[in-house]
Amino acid sequence: MAVLTMAKAINDGLRAAMERDPKVLVMGEDVGKLGGVFRVTDGLQKDFGEQRVLDTPLAESGIIGTAVGLAIRGFRPVCEIQFDGFVFPGYDQIVSQLAKLHFRSQGRVPVPVVVRIPFGGGIGAVEHHSESPEALFAHVAGLKVVACSNASDAYWMIQQAIESDDPVIFFEPKRRYWEKAEVDLAATPTPLHASRVVRPGSSLTLAGYGPVLKTCLEAASAAEADGHDLEVIDLRTLSPLDLGPVFDSVRRTGRLVVVAEAPSETSVASEVCARVQEECFHSLEAPVLRVTGFDTPYPPSKCEEDYLPDLDRVLDAVDRSMGW
Amino acid sequence: MSAPQDWTPPTSSTPSSRPGPDHVVAGLKGTDEGGADLVQLLTPEGERVPDPRFDSYAADVDVEALKDLYRDLVLVRRFDREGNALQRQGQLGIWVPLLGQEAAQIGAGRAMAPQDMAFPSYREHGVAWARGVDPTELLGIFRGTDHGSWDPKATGFHLYTIVIGNQCLNATGYAMGQKFEGKVGDGPDSEATICFFGDGATSQGDVHEGFVWAAVYDAPVVFYCQNNQWAISEPTERQTRVPLYKRAQGYGFDGIRVDGNDVLACLAVTRWALEECRTGNGPVLIEAFTYRMDAHTTSDDPTRYRLADELELWKLKDPIERVRVHLVRSLGVEPEFFDGVQAESDALAARFRQHCVDMPAPGPERMFSQVYAEGSPAVDAQREAFLAYHSSFEGV
Ligand SMILES: Cc1ncc(C[n+]2csc(CCOP(=O)(O)OP(=O)(O)O)c2C)c(N)n1
Repeated sequence: MAVLTMAKAINDGLRAAMERDPKVLVMGEDVGKLGGVFRVTDGLQKDFGEQRVLDTPLAESGIIGTAVGLAIRGFRPVCEIQFDGFVFPGYDQIVSQLAKLHFRSQGRVPVPVVVRIPFGGGIGAVEHHSESPEALFAHVAGLKVVACSNASDAYWMIQQAIESDDPVIFFEPKRRYWEKAEVDLAATPTPLHASRVVRPGSSLTLAGYGPVLKTCLEAASAAEADGHDLEVIDLRTLSPLDLGPVFDSVRRTGRLVVVAEAPSETSVASEVCARVQEECFHSLEAPVLRVTGFDTPYPPSKCEEDYLPDLDRVLDAVDRSMGW
Repeated sequence: MSAPQDWTPPTSSTPSSRPGPDHVVAGLKGTDEGGADLVQLLTPEGERVPDPRFDSYAADVDVEALKDLYRDLVLVRRFDREGNALQRQGQLGIWVPLLGQEAAQIGAGRAMAPQDMAFPSYREHGVAWARGVDPTELLGIFRGTDHGSWDPKATGFHLYTIVIGNQCLNATGYAMGQKFEGKVGDGPDSEATICFFGDGATSQGDVHEGFVWAAVYDAPVVFYCQNNQWAISEPTERQTRVPLYKRAQGYGFDGIRVDGNDVLACLAVTRWALEECRTGNGPVLIEAFTYRMDAHTTSDDPTRYRLADELELWKLKDPIERVRVHLVRSLGVEPEFFDGVQAESDALAARFRQHCVDMPAPGPERMFSQVYAEGSPAVDAQREAFLAYHSSFEGV
């Protein structure tokens, strides 16, 4: 059992994938000598050389677009986008080419590209560095979208994403990069496209992903004092959503609170709510609630404590649900 | 997953057979010279050198005017260093240093007419200064209280742009507007736009598109690329195979490389370029050949990717020192002047610091305000709900 930060776990996962398959490439801005602005690719260029770890020109459309071309040629590129808010110059390539080539070619042209995006707030950054754009990708058919929440998952999920023949948008919660967890390097990992019950409970279901998972677990601990036994589910896969475990859970608890940092309107959280009320209507004891960011641009960082779903807001929603 | 194929990747980097224009040897640039085409009016040794093409654009810069430029450079460097220190003390979340680029920015900023418009990136503290934006107005961005508090219209200085290259298209559009409104020509109220970006930005599609649009619509826009040699850890040759100013030719307009550490040359060349634009001969690309003497931002660690020797080389070309030497040796300016500027910069630094420490945190209303020009019922409802929730904690 190794104890790793999430950043190191992703680094080790990338390294393992690169060792296994010489066609795996890492590409992005500053990923070489600097090791990426978060040092997630630290040391990879030194060990694998400049043609497997490419410091690219400063152009996201270029990064994604050439990765698509490399994938057509048989490579498996892993692109790093420096921050969430900088993916948009590359969005056209993601939506128009990466997402659709397999379908357009009727399977003749798979595009096994991974796009790694550090996402979410809570690090006191300037604008464009704290966004949660996952719904914009989850809404695009042809893409698979996942979010890791801890080091152990990160280690395995990045390798599974690279092994996937589909394009995977891989969201990494940047404010959790430096948190350590045990990583079982010999484990049989949970499949990439599966959600997971991370804390069993009986009185209410909390579902979240990425950076808020920790908040959900803290809320579950805090709610214990009030006699509430919360079940916490890490969604992990945002497209396709794996809601089976959520349905099972809600059928037992009768209550669901969905937590996410992104704005709530037309979000991944909204989709979870809609599907749960479709599937579990007769089991529900209370309306399904969301605790999310607001429907505003990400605010200046001195406001982010208010913007981000925190322990109090999650517990407040738990109280409202329990009080129904 | 497909099986590994019969392809053996090279384990170490393949050396390029073709040295680029600014070839790097083990992290140290082989050349720090701008090349034969570099426009320079004041050498690093503080010597005024003639330039038949651009002398007339600096002819009015007498001793007093040069003293003013010197003052600008010193004050801007001083509050920039204060910004760095404030970040180190935990007062700012991040700071983007300008050190080394003072002349490139003051020269360009002072070349502008009041009616001109500037579209900055995020390092343009010197241009902001020249446009009359009080330096304290820059603090909110880096302290996290706002996204830019100055009035872009009133100052002729647009908000900082963090997404690389985005502003090039906006600047071009603005310049097209100036043209559509008949503000291009010989009249006294003719206008131009200037757009600032880095050498790394030239790789972005938006910058390329900006060049295309500006060219085909003859937009009065000066593209001002501060080539400070690095885009975070990536050297210029990771972005281009030709000197950047030469790219302009491919789009059909003039490109010129100026010594970005020479405030007089930057002033003269930018005046020329703005005049070209104002009178309908634009766009123009200026490459200000300079150097980022500090980290990319306070979060960056340049020791990972560049050698200290490179910095030492560029220190010899310091943009402030050469003006000081020229003022003293050639123009006989007395020490009292320099003492006065020193005192003024100390006072500015103190005011800057005090303002930073005193800045109030915005309340939660800030999140919900001005999201839409016409308001939004959904945002209004969220504001009401959150403020009620927030106030439920009062007195707890
Ligand atoms: C679209 C986009 N991608 C990535 C970044 C992250 N980033 C911020 S500054 C920078 C380097 C910019 O270099 P350059 O254009 O040369 O300007 P300089 O900072 O050197 O003035 C990068 C990669 C960004 N801000 N926007």
